[in-house]
Amino acid sequence: MAELLEMLGLSTSAELLSLRPPGWGYNLLRGLANSLQIALGAFGLGVVIGLFGASGKLYGGKVTRDLLAIYTTVIRAVPELVLILILYYVGTDIANKISSAIGGGRVEISGVVAGIWVLGVVQGAYATEVLRGAIQAVPAGQIEAAKSYGMPAWMTMRRVTIPAMMSFAVPGLANLWLIATKDTALLAVVGFSELTLETRQAASSTRAYFTFFLAAGALYLMVTLFSGVVFGRIEKWARRGQPSLRGGTR
Amino acid sequence: MTGLRALFQPHRIVLMLVFAALIVWCALSLRWDWIPKYAPLALQGLWATIWILVVSTVLGFLLAVPLGLAQAVGPWYLGIPARVFCTVIRGTPLLLQIWLLYYGLGSLFPEYPWIRSSELWPYLRQAWPYAILALTFSYAGYEGEVMRGAFSGVSKGQLETAKSFGMPRFTIFRRVWLPQAVRNVLPTLGGETILQLKATPLVATITVVEIYSVSSRVRADTFIVYEPLLLLAVVYMIIAGLIALAFRRLERKIPT
Repeated sequence: MAELLEMLGLSTSAELLSLRPPGWGYNLLRGLANSLQIALGAFGLGVVIGLFGASGKLYGGKVTRDLLAIYTTVIRAVPELVLILILYYVGTDIANKISSAIGGGRVEISGVVAGIWVLGVVQGAYATEVLRGAIQAVPAGQIEAAKSYGMPAWMTMRRVTIPAMMSFAVPGLANLWLIATKDTALLAVVGFSELTLETRQAASSTRAYFTFFLAAGALYLMVTLFSGVVFGRIEKWARRGQPSLRGGTR
Repeated sequence: MTGLRALFQPHRIVLMLVFAALIVWCALSLRWDWIPKYAPLALQGLWATIWILVVSTVLGFLLAVPLGLAQAVGPWYLGIPARVFCTVIRGTPLLLQIWLLYYGLGSLFPEYPWIRSSELWPYLRQAWPYAILALTFSYAGYEGEVMRGAFSGVSKGQLETAKSFGMPRFTIFRRVWLPQAVRNVLPTLGGETILQLKATPLVATITVVEIYSVSSRVRADTFIVYEPLLLLAVVYMIIAGLIALAFRRLERKIPT
């Protein structure tokens, strides 16, 4: 192994990327763990916001619908970087106001929580549109049938709408998940030590820019490709019992 | 005028009044005295943003056409590299790509004396060529995938008809294949161009001066937090609205 690396001229790179202290591998993996944690949280928060947003857009009153239209339009027209800064400052301000109102001191917000909050609000706007489209694709008769059985709204959602819309929503949600993993990189600009920032710190202190940025790119790519496989499985599962899109018996 | 009547329903009027009150409150009670001092810089930044957006979209699209063609109909030795390029670009964050090109190439080039003595060196020392390169690659990567679908979506009969008229291959491409492919994906291209606009502030991290970095400078100089960011958001919304409007006009001009 060592000879092979020597032959390819990669032994210094391997040393720099090793997991033990002279190498920076551990820092990169720690950054990756942070990134994934924020992406998972933001994606979850986004889907929850999206569910409420989609039901509000479809079944809500006039004012709710207009306000949600403003939310989705504004979020999708302003760069994520600007939104992250605005939501970050607003979030810390609100947290401090609440804490001083109940008699506490200044609160220090953890980077992970702040990251989940800002990216979650951004994801929520996209998820609203994805889920709205998916709910609209469910045949109206199924939802009406559930209502005519006397199911309460939440039970209709849980038992009929959500399972029936899953197959329509999964491709869009898979796309959103990929956006979430890549958007965590933007948090580097506000100083959270996720993968991209850890990489930059490692690169600038060793001057081995190509090694580290390519390694981080490979990590991101692995996450992307692995997610593609997982979401392919989920889509197959969500589609079970439905006629195949390609036609044929299965 | 049904559009106007829809706008003047009672609840919309109330909402509009609330927003008007909000805008008046913003104008009166927030600090805007920094605007005159920074206006020239902001205009310069706005110009830079638009310039970067236009150049990278045009170059990116020109690169996306061969990428799409290679994936749709090309032989495997062209198709596979094109596919790998698109996957890598779409699978890694743009910020990482920008930093890889700027810091990576920027640290590599000075080691070669012939590059340093070449006529390109004054440009290679600046940040904007790397910004344009990264944004172009990014747009090409996303659009290559879109164009692949667009090229394979044009019906075979059209191409066969053109061939039976005796058109040379390049004429077929120019007159039949490309126009129809572009027409089918025009709405997608409009959306992607807005996404590209939203990617431009990332180049501020490698010291390119555009509208986002001007707002950062205002915040750093004056310690005013919200006002520059809110104004910046409004500016981006206006540009995004203009792009959407332009593409809608273009779509309406093209007969279906």
